[in-house]
Amino acid sequence: MDFLRPANWEEALAAKAEHPAAVPIAGGTDVMVEINFDHRRPGHLMDLNRIAELGEWEVGEDSVRLGASVPYARIMERLRAELPGLALASHTVASPQIRNRGGVGGNLGTASPAGDAHPALLAAGAEVEAESVRGTRRIPIDAFYTGVKRNALAPDELIRAVHIKKAAGPQQFSKVGTRNAMVIAVCAFGLALHPDTRTVRTGIGSAAPTPVRALAAEEFLTAALEEGGFWDNGKIITPSLAKRFADLCAGACNPIDDVRGTAEYRRHAVGVMARRTLTWTWESYRDARRPTEGAA
Amino acid sequence: MRLNLTVNGRPREADDVWEGESLLYVLRERLGLPGSKNACEQGECGSCTVRLDGVPVCSCLVAAGQAEGREVVTVEGLADLARRRSGGGSPGEAELAPVQQAFIDAGAVQCGFCTPGLLVAADEMLERDPDPSDADIREALSGNLCRCTGYEKIMDAVRLAAARGSEGV
Repeated sequence: MDFLRPANWEEALAAKAEHPAAVPIAGGTDVMVEINFDHRRPGHLMDLNRIAELGEWEVGEDSVRLGASVPYARIMERLRAELPGLALASHTVASPQIRNRGGVGGNLGTASPAGDAHPALLAAGAEVEAESVRGTRRIPIDAFYTGVKRNALAPDELIRAVHIKKAAGPQQFSKVGTRNAMVIAVCAFGLALHPDTRTVRTGIGSAAPTPVRALAAEEFLTAALEEGGFWDNGKIITPSLAKRFADLCAGACNPIDDVRGTAEYRRHAVGVMARRTLTWTWESYRDARRPTEGAA
Repeated sequence: MRLNLTVNGRPREADDVWEGESLLYVLRERLGLPGSKNACEQGECGSCTVRLDGVPVCSCLVAAGQAEGREVVTVEGLADLARRRSGGGSPGEAELAPVQQAFIDAGAVQCGFCTPGLLVAADEMLERDPDPSDADIREALSGNLCRCTGYEKIMDAVRLAAARGSEGV
């Protein structure tokens, strides 16, 4: 095994072009498990820790450009206002030790359906900045997950950053597991309200071969909120509306039975999480409107 | 490959390091520092917790080469670290860091396998937050598993260390 140690991004791209099978390692929280257990013996391991820019982020007008290696601990602490859904999801990742090392780039590279960042990225809206010596491209998050632990990256590409839309409204993340720490999701759900476009977006984790959005549920809720004038009148979401949304979210799942849970349980739990996160986010939206009403 | 790093304040060198081995393996098998424990090798248990450039990490998940040129503190260096932090004493004077003494006094050690990781994690938390709530302690130690005692004595120990710290003992 060769250990590649690029000192900067250009060197990393060149190394990846020369050795397309090289495995990039940043936090190591996925890669080292596979090596420790002899599940993987890559010919080349490529350390990305020397590339400082991967650990940085920029807050733009509409989006945050998040370096691939920004650790979850930093997202929780520093980006809670801009990326509330991802900050909540980051807080559910494993333990402090893991959150100090792992980041979103690794979650995307591994592309496990159970990765905690995925539902939050899907709900917020994001693009993956992938680069090779051939050039840079932005892959919409919806098109990034192509199969179980498969993604849209070409063999010579590396993930440089993720561009995530800044929150224009409340976001929530919910995850089912056997305890609060050190738990891989039985299933997970992310929801983002986008009052600026009067839309809602969702993300489902661990309940299909890839992370997915509940598109029919999004369309239903977006239309129902518009027709009922909810964005303007701030009315309470009716139980029947919430139930229909929850049912459509459960229907978007394509889960399996495994050691962590049954397909039936996952479908049910996703419905429950969808209803709860809708209630939480909508209450936040209404709360945020109240001071203006009082002042008027 | 050859590896150069600083461990517990001293420059160290390891030779014939295999590219795929972990920092934990280097510490235990090449540098003679068996305090960090090897249990799950997948970041679940926290027994191998060390500080890498000050940050608590699972050393089983750090590739050896990633530690090149960096600073590592293991449980063996906690007493020195505590002394430097308080700005007193010469190296080798104090036998134990306050958090280590608190674990002994509170009876928080049974088989001892999880203890080094807990000590490193607890010490780092108290450095950041000298007056933690119970929730803060549980959060900071949530990545460290103990399979003997349950966690009450461990909670007592960390509370004791915090209380002694605030009294300046």
